[in-house]
Amino acid sequence: MLKAKIFVQLKASVLDPQGKAVTNSLHKLGYQSVTETRISKYIEVTFNSDDETATRNEVEQICNNLLANPNTESYHYELVKEN
Amino acid sequence: MRVSVVTFPGSNCDNDAYSVFASRGHDAKMIWHKDSDLQSPDLVIIPGGFSYGDYLRCGALARFSPIVDEVIKFARKGGLVMGICNGFQILTETGLLPGALMMNQSLSFICKHQNLCVQSSNSPFTKGLEVGTVLDIPIAHKEGNYFIDDDGLKSLIDNDQILFRYCDAAGNISPESNPNGALYNIAGIVNEARNVLGMMPHPERSATDSVPSQDGRRIFEALERYIEQRA
Repeated sequence: MLKAKIFVQLKASVLDPQGKAVTNSLHKLGYQSVTETRISKYIEVTFNSDDETATRNEVEQICNNLLANPNTESYHYELVKEN
Repeated sequence: MRVSVVTFPGSNCDNDAYSVFASRGHDAKMIWHKDSDLQSPDLVIIPGGFSYGDYLRCGALARFSPIVDEVIKFARKGGLVMGICNGFQILTETGLLPGALMMNQSLSFICKHQNLCVQSSNSPFTKGLEVGTVLDIPIAHKEGNYFIDDDGLKSLIDNDQILFRYCDAAGNISPESNPNGALYNIAGIVNEARNVLGMMPHPERSATDSVPSQDGRRIFEALERYIEQRA
């Protein structure tokens, strides 16, 4: 079994209103050194396969076709073995 | 006019759209998202609501409903498609319209009357409407903050693809009249071929005598003029 640990992030050029609101709250809590907060999505996808090359190929298709919107988001992932 | 209104699981403005077209004497049909036949319409409506519970991203999962492939084929052949609110989000996810709808800058769901300024009469959806006409059409969304990159915005402007921008009652387009943070106050755009419209405001909610504004009718009347002249 292989598990893909996928992070989907807003591109740097895209305003993240949720992150901005969290930064404001952190400032109110006294964390004045915080300059920016960006909210991302973390998605785990498990595959019934041990073929890393084929699975990487599938993960990239999955990300490009569904999990990330290329207009506004980028993604990166790591593939780990699962028992 | 033959109108097909597509219903996804979680659509909730499909009946409103259907009723408006039916009451105006059109041959309106409801099409389930698992169907694969659009039934030869002149116009397809992708209605508002919360398709698939807005899971992952608004409109992202609806993109993979069987009927959407038919909508894409229909649009590519020049068929008229109108996406309202969640329908606009779905059309950007299909790639039929550029850009994306992000969370409102305020992070709040906004439900209110909103003024829009018509930016172009060169489309089936605004045919006969004067540029600068102010329409009072309600909005109801949390993800209506239109975003596109700089090149994309330039291309929308250069190709006259922006049909509606948020404004005040006097038609002033300003940050104060922008309800959700949308780039360039964009409320509605068409594709380059001008047959696919996406708009966040709900014209179907301002098209009957029982509600405070009837300005949504102006868009349906424009479509009727277009279809009549085409025939």
